[in-house]
Parts: sequence; C-alpha cells; structure tokens
Amino acid sequence: MLLIHCPYCDETLPEPEFAYAGEAHIARPADPMALSDEEWRDFLFIRSNPRGNHFERWRHVNGCGRFFNAVRDTVSDKFAMTYRAGEPRPNLDALKEAAE
Amino acid sequence: MTAQIHSFPRSTAVAVTVLPLEARFSLRLRAASREAAEAALGLPLPDRIGRTSEQGGRRALCLGPDEWRLDVPAAEAAAVAGALEGGIPHALVEVTDREVTFLIEGPGSLDLLAIGIARDVRRLEVGRGARTVFDGVQAVLVREGEERFTLAVWRSYASHVEELLRQGAREIALGL
Repeated sequence: MLLIHCPYCDETLPEPEFAYAGEAHIARPADPMALSDEEWRDFLFIRSNPRGNHFERWRHVNGCGRFFNAVRDTVSDKFAMTYRAGEPRPNLDALKEAAE
Repeated sequence: MTAQIHSFPRSTAVAVTVLPLEARFSLRLRAASREAAEAALGLPLPDRIGRTSEQGGRRALCLGPDEWRLDVPAAEAAAVAGALEGGIPHALVEVTDREVTFLIEGPGSLDLLAIGIARDVRRLEVGRGARTVFDGVQAVLVREGEERFTLAVWRSYASHVEELLRQGAREIALGL
C-alpha cells in the first residue's frame, strides 16, 4: 500500500486516508478579465503531465483534513517529499543530492 | 439514538460494546485564539494532532491544526455551548446525536481493528487518537489503554461498522 507522509500530522499513513487533488502551484490569475480566452483555457485545463517528478496537491481528508503538496514520481509512484500548502516549490536538484 | 444496536458475542479475546455518549462537541478555531479558548473552557487544548487532554471530566482530542473534539458530561453541555461566546472567533457545534462510539477491549482488539483500519494501530500510543478510515467509513479512533480502544463513527454508518465488528469479534472468538 502507498504510504504518504502528512506534513501536518507528521506521520506516514496509508493512502486510503488521503485524496489526490490535482497539480500544485497553479495560482488563479489575479485579474481574470485581463486574460485572453486561450490564457484562461490554459489556466483551467492545461496541465504539465510530466513523466517523472510531479508537483501535486493531496488532502489528508480522513485525518487532519489539510491540503498539502507532494512531489511524486509518476513512473515509480514514489513520493520524493511532502510539504505544507503555501510553501515554495522545492528545488528538485537539492532533493536528488539529499537522496544520494 | 436510532441506530439498531444488537448484542455482541461475549468472549475473552475481544469485547465490543456501544458507549453511551454524554455530550460531544466539534470545535474549530485558529491557533491564535487557542489560549483564550482554553481559559474560557477550563480545559487545555492540545496543539499537536492526535494528543488528548483531560480536566474536570472534560476531554479534548486534537484532530487537526484548528480542530478539536470535546467530550463533556451531559450536565455541562449548555455551559460549554455558551463558554466561548463573545470575543473569540470560533465554530462550536454539538455533535452528540451524530456519533455512535464503540468500545473495543481485550487482547484481540488490535486484530479486530485491523480488519477495517489500514494504518498500523500498534504504533498509536496510549492516550492518543486519530481520525482515520474503518472499511471506508471515516472514524475517530482513540487508544484508551494498551488493549482498549474507542471507535466513533457517524450514526448512519454505525450499522455497517457494527456488523463488521460483530463478524470480526466472532471470528476472533472462534480462533479463526
């Protein structure tokens, strides 16, 4: 079973307690009226869908209820790290060095 | 309480009973208001998720960074409901009627909980609790003692959880 570390509970817990919530670090444009239709479409629907490390949101819905961010490898399904919502996107090279 | 509660098989391995609830509240407030709320409630509110605190028959369990479950004697329900009024931004809702709490005790209690809970319950320390999932049903588990747990679920799920616990308790009693 996939084990996920919740940064709020500070515990590593089984996946059934969590819900996936899409790609992370997508900020709603401050002034939607200033956007063209194409830019608005991109904001709403176009996602990076990488092969490899993916920044994504999860929610500890059957636990503390908090949203947080995670870095997961979409090939191996391995979580590189999780961090609290609102924190900046972590540097992946530093992550790799720490893992080695 | 309208949930149908039947008798569970008695065994030395594990016993399941339904606890009568006194009064239970769900409390939400920001960390900045926590100390003021503690003074108003006369009860320390733990700031780490999963910790419990107890004072004068009142009990708090921290479920999230801004969420607590309060258990108080029925006679104090009205006093608690009004304790935070004025000054402290919060949400305090009485949820006594929403919940059914099962008491699970005996040497087989860990085995019984394992039929529905994916997390490693052995790692839960005595006196701590957590919200988790029991066979797809959101439940609040508290470890009251080494072999003594309470499992609180919403009333509409209680018959399903009760049936699973009954089957599990029977299998454990039979040594399966």
